[in-house]
Amino acid sequence: MSKGNIRSFLLGDAQADRVVPPSGFTAQLTLFVSGAMAFLAVFALALSLASGRLADRWASELARSATLRINAPADQRAAQTEAALKILKQTPGVASARALSAEEQAALLAPWFGAGLPLEDLPVPQLIEVIEAEIGYDAAGLRLRLGAEVPGAVLDDHTRWRKPLVDAANSLRRLALVSVLLIGGATAAMITLAAHAALAANAQVIEVLRLVGARDRYIAGAFVRRFTLRALIGAGVGTALGLGGVMLLPEASDEGGFLTGLGFQGLGWLLPLLVPLLGAAVAFAATWTAARRKLKGLA
Amino acid sequence: MIELDNVGYSYGGGELLSDVSVRLSPGSFHFLTGPSGAGKTTLLKLCYGALLPTSGVVRAFDADMRGLDRDQMAMMRRRIGVVHQDCRFLDHLPVADNIALPLIVSGRDMAAESGNLRELMNWVGLSSRADATPPELSGGERQRAALARAVIMSPDVVLADEPTGNVDWEMSQRLLQLLIELNRMGKTVLIASHDLGLIRAAKREVQARVLRISNRRLQLAGADL
Repeated sequence: MSKGNIRSFLLGDAQADRVVPPSGFTAQLTLFVSGAMAFLAVFALALSLASGRLADRWASELARSATLRINAPADQRAAQTEAALKILKQTPGVASARALSAEEQAALLAPWFGAGLPLEDLPVPQLIEVIEAEIGYDAAGLRLRLGAEVPGAVLDDHTRWRKPLVDAANSLRRLALVSVLLIGGATAAMITLAAHAALAANAQVIEVLRLVGARDRYIAGAFVRRFTLRALIGAGVGTALGLGGVMLLPEASDEGGFLTGLGFQGLGWLLPLLVPLLGAAVAFAATWTAARRKLKGLA
Repeated sequence: MIELDNVGYSYGGGELLSDVSVRLSPGSFHFLTGPSGAGKTTLLKLCYGALLPTSGVVRAFDADMRGLDRDQMAMMRRRIGVVHQDCRFLDHLPVADNIALPLIVSGRDMAAESGNLRELMNWVGLSSRADATPPELSGGERQRAALARAVIMSPDVVLADEPTGNVDWEMSQRLLQLLIELNRMGKTVLIASHDLGLIRAAKREVQARVLRISNRRLQLAGADL
């Protein structure tokens, strides 16, 4: 389509729109399908963005930290902790390291054992928080040195459980994106079917129009404009309802974990506004293709 | 203007028309006759490109129809007015819009054309039925509306397929007079009809060639016509 054609398509032609009779059920079908799909697309988009944020957060927060556990008898624990901190200080790629206080360790265990835990009476290992520098450290080398000098030290760089979590979040993001694409494809398929039904129901109208000298793009334009407009309106309503639904979801909170904060954040709220436009574009392409194919079959 | 040169047309394995050659010169008046199923409608459809010949060449305004793309075909049809036996209207539009349909699809300014439309509706006697829808019209009114739609673009050629097939004698005479009037304005007219009375009546008023389709071939009718 040339620029001129696109302009005339967007401006519309009241006369051209009148020559195609109002098509009852296909109009309702297109409106409903576009609205329902836009509603689902908004949720899929919200899920995709939220899981993306989660994957990024887990990846960045956990990638730069590690935990050193000192499993030593009570009388050696302080000495081994001291030795481990000394080694960590000397290790290239370690930005900082500090032993967690008894209160901090108690707070970590509180969700499982409750508050007021008598930590001194329990064989709880001493934990050291290790923050990695930008260049990173040699975990294998550090383990060897710790093994030799601090026998009770166990280095946990979180790789074991960080990777599956990040992978899971990334898979969720991909699934949500695939869902958005499937929703787009399903919308296109259903609007194509509706357009086919409308074109078939109006076969005689099309024949008369061709007979009196109407060009294919004039006839196709009348159908395409109608379906595109319906899809735009339907998707607009669906998106509005979807956004309303997302707004009602609980705010992000530490207590709620992953199940909160599923909505949009910041500029992300603008992204769903593309859904009606994409819905209209899908309807345009689907109807245009269906109409051109149908018209080519006629004399 | 429209020329068929050794045209053949086959459909479903059978040959419907064979070696048909005819030239519709500017301002000429032709009748096309023959028994039902002889191929009159097919020949008319070949003349306006609704069908393409399986052999031979159909030329319209010096262009081989086979070489026209779909846009060119649409432009060519604006120069040929067609009256179908079954009329074929858009039933959801009023008669006035149906008659104006060729103007609408060609993007003409309808405000500027409203005078012509009124005049044409007067000419075919449908001024009072402008707002009626096609299903509300009688057979004769439908035929007159179809004729008005066929000529509203002031085409060079008017093709009419049994235009008097569903109307009484009086109405058929009235339609014939309209077609004769068009021919006097310089339009080329081809009417497919098996109504010999109509053909004889026309020949009394206008120089008309009568072509007959017989055994798949086209020939000039005998002296009885």
